[in-house]
Amino acid sequence: MATSEVKVLGSWPSPYAMRPRIVLNLKSVDYEYIDEKLWEGKSQLLLQSNPVHKKIPVLIHGDRKPICESLINVQYIDEAWSSGPSILPSDPYDRAVARFWAAYLDDKWFPAVKSVGVAKGEEAKKAAIAQVEEGLALMEEALGGCSKGKGFFGGDEIGYLDIAFGSFLGWLRVTERFNDMKQLDEGKTPGLVEWADRFSSHAAVKDVMPDTDKLAEFGKMVIAKIRAAGAAAEMH
Amino acid sequence: MGDGNVKVLGAWASPFLMRVRVALHLKSVEYENIEENLLEAKSELLLKSNPVHKKIPVLIHGDNPVCESLIIVQYIDEVWSTKTSILPSDPYERANSRFWAAYVDDKFFPALRMVLVGTTEEAQKAAMAEVLEGVVLLEEAFKKLSKGKAFFGGDSVGFVDLAAGSLLAWIKVIEKFTETKLLSEAKTPSLVAWADCFSTHAAVKDVFPDVDKLADFGMKLRAKLLKAAAATTN
Repeated sequence: MATSEVKVLGSWPSPYAMRPRIVLNLKSVDYEYIDEKLWEGKSQLLLQSNPVHKKIPVLIHGDRKPICESLINVQYIDEAWSSGPSILPSDPYDRAVARFWAAYLDDKWFPAVKSVGVAKGEEAKKAAIAQVEEGLALMEEALGGCSKGKGFFGGDEIGYLDIAFGSFLGWLRVTERFNDMKQLDEGKTPGLVEWADRFSSHAAVKDVMPDTDKLAEFGKMVIAKIRAAGAAAEMH
Repeated sequence: MGDGNVKVLGAWASPFLMRVRVALHLKSVEYENIEENLLEAKSELLLKSNPVHKKIPVLIHGDNPVCESLIIVQYIDEVWSTKTSILPSDPYERANSRFWAAYVDDKFFPALRMVLVGTTEEAQKAAMAEVLEGVVLLEEAFKKLSKGKAFFGGDSVGFVDLAAGSLLAWIKVIEKFTETKLLSEAKTPSLVAWADCFSTHAAVKDVFPDVDKLADFGMKLRAKLLKAAAATTN
Protein backbone atom coordinates (compact mmCIF):
# COMPACT_ATOMS: atom_id res chain seq x y z
CA MET A 1 0.00 0.00 0.00
CA ALA A 2 2.90 2.35 0.73
CA THR A 3 3.42 3.57 -2.83
CA SER A 4 -0.29 4.25 -3.59
CA GLU A 5 -1.44 7.77 -4.27
CA VAL A 6 -2.39 9.73 -1.19
CA LYS A 7 -4.48 12.91 -1.26
CA VAL A 8 -5.64 15.18 1.55
CA LEU A 9 -8.61 17.44 1.03
CA GLY A 10 -8.35 20.30 3.51
CA SER A 11 -8.61 24.02 4.10
CA TRP A 12 -5.58 26.09 5.18
CA PRO A 13 -7.24 27.81 8.20
CA SER A 14 -8.60 24.51 9.54
CA PRO A 15 -6.89 23.02 12.58
CA TYR A 16 -8.45 19.65 11.73
CA ALA A 17 -6.93 19.58 8.24
CA MET A 18 -3.47 20.09 9.76
CA ARG A 19 -3.66 16.83 11.66
CA PRO A 20 -3.43 14.19 8.90
CA ARG A 21 -0.81 16.34 7.11
CA ILE A 22 1.46 16.40 10.17
CA VAL A 23 1.21 12.61 10.50
CA LEU A 24 1.95 12.04 6.80
CA ASN A 25 4.98 14.32 7.20
CA LEU A 26 6.15 12.37 10.27
CA LYS A 27 5.82 9.14 8.32
CA SER A 28 7.60 10.68 5.28
CA VAL A 29 4.66 9.83 3.04
CA ASP A 30 4.26 11.88 -0.13
CA TYR A 31 0.79 13.28 -0.67
CA GLU A 32 -1.13 15.74 -2.76
CA TYR A 33 -2.80 18.52 -0.82
CA ILE A 34 -6.04 19.93 -2.22
CA ASP A 35 -7.18 23.19 -0.62
CA GLU A 36 -10.88 23.88 -0.27
CA LYS A 37 -11.99 27.48 0.05
CA LEU A 38 -14.90 26.63 2.30
CA TRP A 39 -16.07 30.22 2.61
CA GLU A 40 -16.77 30.14 -1.13
CA GLY A 41 -18.84 26.95 -0.98
CA LYS A 42 -18.15 23.21 -0.99
CA SER A 43 -16.61 21.53 -4.04
CA GLN A 44 -18.06 18.51 -5.86
CA LEU A 45 -15.06 16.48 -4.73
CA LEU A 46 -15.79 17.28 -1.08
CA LEU A 47 -19.50 16.53 -1.35
CA GLN A 48 -18.75 13.25 -3.10
CA SER A 49 -15.97 12.19 -0.70
CA ASN A 50 -17.80 13.00 2.52
CA PRO A 51 -21.51 12.80 1.80
CA VAL A 52 -22.42 12.17 5.45
CA HIS A 53 -20.75 15.20 7.04
CA LYS A 54 -19.62 17.28 4.02
CA LYS A 55 -16.53 18.37 5.99
CA ILE A 56 -12.79 18.45 5.62
CA PRO A 57 -10.30 16.90 6.14
CA VAL A 58 -10.80 13.90 3.88
CA LEU A 59 -8.01 11.42 3.23
CA ILE A 60 -8.03 9.58 -0.08
CA HIS A 61 -5.68 6.60 -0.21
CA GLY A 62 -5.31 4.93 -3.60
CA ASP A 63 -8.60 3.60 -4.86
CA ARG A 64 -10.07 3.00 -1.41
CA LYS A 65 -13.11 4.99 -0.39
CA PRO A 66 -12.29 8.28 1.34
CA ILE A 67 -11.64 8.39 5.08
CA CYS A 68 -13.20 11.21 7.08
CA GLU A 69 -12.84 12.80 10.54
CA SER A 70 -9.38 14.15 11.42
CA LEU A 71 -8.56 11.91 14.38
CA ILE A 72 -9.78 8.83 12.50
CA ASN A 73 -7.44 9.88 9.65
CA VAL A 74 -4.56 10.21 12.11
CA GLN A 75 -5.11 6.70 13.49
CA TYR A 76 -5.53 5.25 9.99
CA ILE A 77 -2.24 6.75 8.80
CA ASP A 78 -0.49 5.51 11.95
CA GLU A 79 -1.79 1.98 11.36
CA ALA A 80 -1.45 1.81 7.56
CA TRP A 81 2.17 3.04 7.62
CA SER A 82 3.18 1.04 10.66
CA SER A 83 6.92 1.05 9.84
CA GLY A 84 7.26 4.79 10.44
CA PRO A 85 7.42 6.41 13.93
CA SER A 86 4.41 5.52 16.13
CA ILE A 87 1.88 8.28 16.66
CA LEU A 88 -0.16 6.62 19.40
CA PRO A 89 1.67 5.40 22.53
CA SER A 90 2.24 1.65 22.79
CA ASP A 91 0.74 1.11 26.26
CA PRO A 92 -3.10 0.70 26.25
CA TYR A 93 -3.58 2.97 29.26
CA ASP A 94 -1.39 5.72 27.78
CA ARG A 95 -3.41 5.36 24.57
CA ALA A 96 -6.68 5.73 26.48
CA VAL A 97 -5.32 8.87 28.20
CA ALA A 98 -4.20 10.40 24.87
CA ARG A 99 -7.59 9.63 23.30
CA PHE A 100 -9.41 11.07 26.32
CA TRP A 101 -7.61 14.42 26.16
CA ALA A 102 -7.95 14.67 22.37
CA ALA A 103 -11.72 14.10 22.71
CA TYR A 104 -11.89 16.68 25.51
CA LEU A 105 -10.12 19.25 23.33
CA ASP A 106 -12.41 18.63 20.38
CA ASP A 107 -15.69 18.35 22.30
CA LYS A 108 -15.27 20.90 25.10
CA TRP A 109 -12.16 23.08 24.90
CA PHE A 110 -11.97 24.28 21.30
CA PRO A 111 -15.71 25.12 21.18
CA ALA A 112 -15.01 27.38 24.19
CA VAL A 113 -12.11 29.04 22.31
CA LYS A 114 -14.41 29.66 19.34
CA SER A 115 -17.16 31.09 21.52
CA VAL A 116 -14.85 33.77 22.98
CA GLY A 117 -14.86 35.52 19.62
CA VAL A 118 -18.62 35.47 19.15
CA ALA A 119 -19.88 35.66 22.74
CA LYS A 120 -22.77 38.05 23.20
CA GLY A 121 -22.06 40.38 26.11
CA GLU A 122 -19.35 40.65 28.75
CA GLU A 123 -20.76 37.88 30.99
CA ALA A 124 -20.79 35.29 28.22
CA LYS A 125 -17.32 36.31 27.08
CA LYS A 126 -15.91 36.04 30.61
CA ALA A 127 -17.45 32.59 31.03
CA ALA A 128 -15.95 31.41 27.74
CA ILE A 129 -12.50 32.77 28.66
CA ALA A 130 -12.71 31.04 32.05
CA GLN A 131 -13.46 27.73 30.32
CA VAL A 132 -10.49 28.17 27.99
CA GLU A 133 -8.18 28.87 30.94
CA GLU A 134 -9.53 25.92 32.93
CA GLY A 135 -8.79 23.70 29.96
CA LEU A 136 -5.24 24.99 29.66
CA ALA A 137 -4.64 24.32 33.35
CA LEU A 138 -5.83 20.73 32.80
CA MET A 139 -3.57 20.36 29.75
CA GLU A 140 -0.56 21.77 31.66
CA GLU A 141 -1.10 19.00 34.22
CA ALA A 142 -1.67 16.41 31.49
CA LEU A 143 1.61 17.44 29.83
CA GLY A 144 3.45 16.70 33.04
CA GLY A 145 1.83 13.27 33.27
CA CYS A 146 2.09 12.23 29.60
CA SER A 147 5.52 13.60 28.67
CA LYS A 148 7.29 11.89 31.60
CA GLY A 149 9.88 14.68 31.56
CA LYS A 150 10.36 14.71 27.78
CA GLY A 151 9.54 17.44 25.27
CA PHE A 152 6.15 16.32 23.96
CA PHE A 153 2.92 14.72 25.17
CA GLY A 154 4.14 11.78 23.12
CA GLY A 155 7.50 11.74 24.94
CA ASP A 156 10.63 12.21 22.82
CA GLU A 157 8.64 12.65 19.66
CA ILE A 158 5.40 14.26 18.56
CA GLY A 159 2.41 12.01 19.25
CA TYR A 160 -1.36 11.84 18.95
CA LEU A 161 -2.13 14.35 21.67
CA ASP A 162 0.56 16.80 20.52
CA ILE A 163 -1.08 16.78 17.10
CA ALA A 164 -4.64 17.06 18.44
CA PHE A 165 -3.76 19.98 20.73
CA GLY A 166 -1.04 21.65 18.67
CA SER A 167 -3.32 22.03 15.67
CA PHE A 168 -5.37 24.51 17.74
CA LEU A 169 -2.40 26.79 18.54
CA GLY A 170 -2.96 29.11 15.57
CA TRP A 171 -6.54 29.88 16.56
CA LEU A 172 -5.60 30.17 20.23
CA ARG A 173 -3.02 32.84 19.32
CA VAL A 174 -5.57 34.68 17.17
CA THR A 175 -8.10 34.60 20.04
CA GLU A 176 -5.44 35.98 22.41
CA ARG A 177 -4.69 38.78 19.97
CA PHE A 178 -8.33 39.75 19.30
CA ASN A 179 -9.27 39.76 22.96
CA ASP A 180 -6.08 41.30 24.27
CA MET A 181 -5.26 38.48 26.65
CA LYS A 182 -2.55 35.91 27.23
CA GLN A 183 -3.93 32.42 27.67
CA LEU A 184 -0.63 30.56 27.22
CA ASP A 185 1.35 32.29 29.92
CA GLU A 186 4.80 31.61 31.44
CA GLY A 187 3.33 32.24 34.89
CA LYS A 188 0.33 29.90 34.64
CA THR A 189 1.27 27.36 31.97
CA PRO A 190 5.08 27.36 31.62
CA GLY A 191 5.26 23.80 30.31
CA LEU A 192 2.72 24.51 27.57
CA VAL A 193 4.50 27.72 26.50
CA GLU A 194 7.71 25.79 25.83
CA TRP A 195 5.85 22.88 24.29
CA ALA A 196 3.94 25.23 21.93
CA ASP A 197 7.22 26.62 20.65
CA ARG A 198 8.78 23.20 20.21
CA PHE A 199 5.67 21.91 18.41
CA SER A 200 5.25 24.89 16.07
CA SER A 201 8.88 24.80 14.97
CA HIS A 202 8.99 21.03 14.41
CA ALA A 203 9.92 20.05 10.85
CA ALA A 204 6.69 18.09 10.35
CA VAL A 205 4.56 21.01 11.55
CA LYS A 206 5.99 24.36 10.47
CA ASP A 207 4.95 24.22 6.83
CA VAL A 208 1.34 23.32 7.63
CA MET A 209 0.85 25.66 10.62
CA PRO A 210 -0.86 28.75 9.21
CA ASP A 211 0.85 32.11 9.71
CA THR A 212 -0.83 33.89 12.66
CA ASP A 213 -1.25 37.22 10.82
CA LYS A 214 -2.90 35.52 7.85
CA LEU A 215 -5.12 33.54 10.20
CA ALA A 216 -6.07 36.71 12.10
CA GLU A 217 -7.16 38.39 8.83
CA PHE A 218 -9.22 35.32 8.00
CA GLY A 219 -10.63 35.32 11.55
CA LYS A 220 -11.86 38.90 11.19
CA MET A 221 -13.73 37.94 8.05
CA VAL A 222 -15.32 34.89 9.72
CA ILE A 223 -16.40 36.83 12.81
CA ALA A 224 -17.93 39.56 10.66
CA LYS A 225 -19.88 36.91 8.73
CA ILE A 226 -21.04 35.21 11.95
CA ARG A 227 -22.18 38.46 13.48
CA ALA A 228 -24.03 39.23 10.26
CA ALA A 229 -25.68 35.85 10.08
CA GLY A 230 -26.29 35.67 13.81
CA ALA A 231 -25.42 31.97 13.81
CA ALA A 232 -22.28 29.94 14.51
CA ALA A 233 -20.06 29.13 11.51
CA GLU A 234 -18.70 25.66 10.88
CA MET A 235 -14.96 25.35 11.08
CA HIS A 236 -14.49 21.56 10.95
CA MET B 1 -1.21 -6.46 32.50
CA GLY B 2 -3.52 -9.40 33.18
CA ASP B 3 -7.00 -9.24 34.67
CA GLY B 4 -6.12 -7.44 37.88
CA ASN B 5 -8.90 -5.67 39.72
CA VAL B 6 -11.63 -4.48 37.31
CA LYS B 7 -14.50 -2.26 38.42
CA VAL B 8 -17.16 -0.63 36.28
CA LEU B 9 -19.01 2.44 37.49
CA GLY B 10 -22.27 2.90 35.61
CA ALA B 11 -26.06 3.06 35.54
CA TRP B 12 -28.33 0.27 34.27
CA ALA B 13 -30.26 2.62 31.96
CA SER B 14 -27.16 4.01 30.25
CA PRO B 15 -26.42 2.79 26.73
CA PHE B 16 -22.81 3.90 27.26
CA LEU B 17 -22.41 1.61 30.24
CA MET B 18 -23.87 -1.27 28.24
CA ARG B 19 -21.06 -0.94 25.69
CA VAL B 20 -18.46 -1.42 28.39
CA ARG B 21 -20.16 -4.39 30.05
CA VAL B 22 -20.75 -6.19 26.75
CA ALA B 23 -17.09 -5.64 25.76
CA LEU B 24 -15.97 -7.18 29.07
CA HIS B 25 -18.35 -10.12 28.58
CA LEU B 26 -17.03 -10.71 25.05
CA LYS B 27 -13.53 -10.92 26.55
CA SER B 28 -14.69 -13.09 29.48
CA VAL B 29 -13.26 -10.58 31.97
CA GLU B 30 -14.63 -10.64 35.51
CA TYR B 31 -15.49 -7.30 37.03
CA GLU B 32 -17.33 -5.62 39.88
CA ASN B 33 -20.36 -3.64 38.72
CA ILE B 34 -21.00 -0.47 40.76
CA GLU B 35 -24.36 1.21 40.19
CA GLU B 36 -24.68 5.02 40.14
CA ASN B 37 -28.18 6.52 40.55
CA LEU B 38 -28.62 9.04 37.72
CA LEU B 39 -31.62 10.69 39.37
CA GLU B 40 -29.65 11.57 42.50
CA ALA B 41 -26.46 13.48 43.35
CA LYS B 42 -23.16 12.15 41.94
CA SER B 43 -21.14 9.82 44.17
CA GLU B 44 -17.67 10.55 45.61
CA LEU B 45 -16.23 7.70 43.58
CA LEU B 46 -17.59 9.13 40.32
CA LEU B 47 -16.37 12.65 41.05
CA LYS B 48 -12.95 11.26 41.94
CA SER B 49 -12.62 8.90 38.95
CA ASN B 50 -13.92 11.30 36.29
CA PRO B 51 -13.26 14.82 37.59
CA VAL B 52 -13.30 16.36 34.09
CA HIS B 53 -16.71 15.16 32.90
CA LYS B 54 -18.27 13.66 36.06
CA LYS B 55 -20.07 11.07 33.90
CA ILE B 56 -20.49 7.33 33.79
CA PRO B 57 -19.33 4.88 32.60
CA VAL B 58 -15.88 4.72 34.16
CA LEU B 59 -13.72 1.60 34.02
CA ILE B 60 -11.33 1.31 36.95
CA HIS B 61 -8.52 -1.14 36.17
CA GLY B 62 -6.28 -1.51 39.19
CA ASP B 63 -5.60 2.14 40.05
CA ASN B 64 -6.30 3.50 36.57
CA PRO B 65 -9.65 5.09 35.67
CA VAL B 66 -10.60 5.08 31.99
CA CYS B 67 -13.44 7.34 30.83
CA GLU B 68 -15.64 7.76 27.72
CA SER B 69 -17.37 4.57 26.59
CA LEU B 70 -15.76 4.13 23.15
CA ILE B 71 -12.32 4.90 24.58
CA ILE B 72 -13.00 2.28 27.28
CA VAL B 73 -14.06 -0.28 24.65
CA GLN B 74 -10.84 0.28 22.71
CA TYR B 75 -8.86 -0.02 25.94
CA ILE B 76 -10.57 -3.33 26.75
CA ASP B 77 -9.90 -4.56 23.19
CA GLU B 78 -6.19 -3.67 23.49
CA VAL B 79 -5.55 -4.97 27.01
CA TRP B 80 -7.32 -8.29 26.53
CA SER B 81 -5.98 -8.66 23.00
CA THR B 82 -5.74 -12.45 22.92
CA LYS B 83 -9.51 -12.84 23.12
CA THR B 84 -12.00 -12.17 20.30
CA SER B 85 -11.27 -8.81 18.61
CA ILE B 86 -13.77 -5.98 18.82
CA LEU B 87 -12.13 -3.76 16.20
CA PRO B 88 -11.18 -5.32 12.84
CA SER B 89 -7.48 -5.82 12.10
CA ASP B 90 -7.31 -4.04 8.71
CA PRO B 91 -6.53 -0.30 9.08
CA TYR B 92 -9.13 0.75 6.52
CA GLU B 93 -11.87 -1.35 8.13
CA ARG B 94 -10.86 0.04 11.53
CA ALA B 95 -11.23 3.60 10.17
CA ASN B 96 -14.65 2.71 8.79
CA SER B 97 -15.76 1.21 12.13
CA ARG B 98 -14.52 4.27 14.02
CA PHE B 99 -16.32 6.55 11.56
CA TRP B 100 -19.72 4.89 12.06
CA ALA B 101 -19.30 4.64 15.84
CA ALA B 102 -18.47 8.38 15.88
CA TYR B 103 -21.52 9.04 13.69
CA VAL B 104 -23.71 7.23 16.23
CA ASP B 105 -22.29 9.30 19.11
CA ASP B 106 -22.02 12.69 17.40
CA LYS B 107 -25.17 12.72 15.25
CA PHE B 108 -27.54 9.79 15.82
CA PHE B 109 -27.61 9.63 19.62
CA PRO B 110 -28.10 13.39 20.16
CA ALA B 111 -31.09 13.31 17.77
CA LEU B 112 -32.54 10.29 19.55
CA ARG B 113 -32.08 11.98 22.90
CA MET B 114 -33.76 15.15 21.66
CA VAL B 115 -36.85 13.17 20.64
CA LEU B 116 -37.12 12.05 24.25
CA VAL B 117 -36.14 15.20 26.16
CA GLY B 118 -36.80 18.03 23.65
CA THR B 119 -38.70 20.82 25.40
CA THR B 120 -40.72 21.93 22.34
CA GLU B 121 -42.78 19.91 19.87
CA GLU B 122 -40.84 21.62 17.08
CA ALA B 123 -37.48 20.44 18.44
CA GLN B 124 -38.80 16.92 18.90
CA LYS B 125 -40.19 16.80 15.35
CA ALA B 126 -36.92 18.02 13.83
CA ALA B 127 -35.03 15.46 15.89
CA MET B 128 -37.36 12.66 14.77
CA ALA B 129 -36.72 13.57 11.12
CA GLU B 130 -32.97 13.32 11.81
CA VAL B 131 -33.41 9.95 13.49
CA LEU B 132 -35.39 8.56 10.55
CA GLU B 133 -32.67 9.78 8.16
CA GLY B 134 -30.06 8.27 10.44
CA VAL B 135 -31.51 4.75 10.49
CA VAL B 136 -31.47 4.72 6.67
CA LEU B 137 -27.75 5.65 6.74
CA LEU B 138 -27.10 2.96 9.33
CA GLU B 139 -28.97 0.38 7.22
CA GLU B 140 -26.63 1.19 4.30
CA ALA B 141 -23.59 1.09 6.57
CA PHE B 142 -24.69 -2.28 7.93
CA LYS B 143 -24.94 -3.78 4.45
CA LYS B 144 -21.39 -2.59 3.64
CA LEU B 145 -19.70 -3.49 6.92
CA SER B 146 -21.40 -6.83 7.66
CA LYS B 147 -20.55 -8.35 4.27
CA GLY B 148 -23.62 -10.56 4.52
CA LYS B 149 -23.01 -11.70 8.08
CA ALA B 150 -25.09 -11.12 11.23
CA PHE B 151 -23.25 -8.15 12.75
CA PHE B 152 -21.61 -4.87 11.72
CA GLY B 153 -18.48 -6.66 12.86
CA GLY B 154 -19.17 -9.64 10.57
CA ASP B 155 -19.40 -12.99 12.33
CA SER B 156 -18.88 -11.51 15.77
CA VAL B 157 -20.05 -8.46 17.72
CA GLY B 158 -17.77 -5.54 16.84
CA PHE B 159 -17.19 -1.87 17.58
CA VAL B 160 -20.13 -0.49 15.59
CA ASP B 161 -22.44 -3.20 16.98
CA LEU B 162 -21.57 -1.97 20.48
CA ALA B 163 -21.96 1.70 19.54
CA ALA B 164 -25.34 1.28 17.84
CA GLY B 165 -26.69 -1.82 19.58
CA SER B 166 -26.48 -0.17 22.98
CA LEU B 167 -29.17 2.26 21.80
CA LEU B 168 -31.69 -0.41 20.84
CA ALA B 169 -33.59 -0.46 24.14
CA TRP B 170 -33.96 3.33 24.02
CA ILE B 171 -35.07 3.07 20.40
CA LYS B 172 -37.81 0.69 21.56
CA VAL B 173 -38.83 3.14 24.32
CA ILE B 174 -39.10 5.99 21.83
CA GLU B 175 -41.11 3.78 19.44
CA LYS B 176 -43.45 3.14 22.36
CA PHE B 177 -43.79 6.83 23.37
CA THR B 178 -44.17 8.22 19.85
CA GLU B 179 -46.09 5.28 18.38
CA THR B 180 -43.69 5.42 15.40
CA LYS B 181 -41.56 2.54 14.16
CA LEU B 182 -37.94 3.70 13.89
CA LEU B 183 -36.70 0.32 12.64
CA SER B 184 -39.06 -1.39 10.19
CA GLU B 185 -39.15 -4.35 7.80
CA ALA B 186 -40.09 -1.92 5.04
CA LYS B 187 -37.27 0.64 5.42
CA THR B 188 -34.53 -1.05 7.48
CA PRO B 189 -34.91 -4.84 7.15
CA SER B 190 -31.23 -5.59 7.81
CA LEU B 191 -31.27 -3.56 11.01
CA VAL B 192 -34.44 -5.34 12.20
CA ALA B 193 -32.71 -8.72 11.82
CA TRP B 194 -29.51 -7.36 13.37
CA ALA B 195 -31.39 -5.91 16.36
CA ASP B 196 -32.70 -9.36 17.13
CA CYS B 197 -29.25 -11.01 16.83
CA PHE B 198 -27.65 -8.35 18.99
CA SER B 199 -30.19 -8.22 21.80
CA THR B 200 -30.28 -12.00 22.19
CA HIS B 201 -26.48 -12.47 22.05
CA ALA B 202 -25.02 -14.23 25.10
CA ALA B 203 -22.79 -11.25 25.93
CA VAL B 204 -25.70 -8.81 25.66
CA LYS B 205 -28.95 -10.30 26.91
CA ASP B 206 -28.28 -9.99 30.64
CA VAL B 207 -27.46 -6.28 30.39
CA PHE B 208 -30.13 -5.36 27.83
CA PRO B 209 -32.57 -3.26 29.87
CA ASP B 210 -36.22 -4.28 30.19
CA VAL B 211 -38.09 -1.90 27.87
CA ASP B 212 -41.00 -1.20 30.26
CA LYS B 213 -38.62 -0.47 33.13
CA LEU B 214 -36.59 1.77 30.82
CA ALA B 215 -39.73 3.59 29.60
CA ASP B 216 -40.64 4.31 33.22
CA PHE B 217 -37.11 5.63 33.88
CA GLY B 218 -37.33 7.68 30.66
CA MET B 219 -40.44 9.46 31.95
CA LYS B 220 -38.72 10.26 35.25
CA LEU B 221 -35.59 11.50 33.45
CA ARG B 222 -37.62 13.69 31.08
CA ALA B 223 -39.54 15.15 34.04
CA LYS B 224 -36.29 15.89 35.86
CA LEU B 225 -34.73 17.58 32.82
CA LEU B 226 -37.85 19.62 32.02
CA LYS B 227 -37.98 20.82 35.62
CA ALA B 228 -34.33 21.85 35.49
CA ALA B 229 -34.88 23.65 32.14
CA ALA B 230 -37.90 25.53 33.54
CA ALA B 231 -35.88 26.55 36.60
CA THR B 232 -33.14 28.10 34.47
CA THR B 233 -35.49 30.00 32.19
CA ASN B 234 -37.47 31.57 35.06
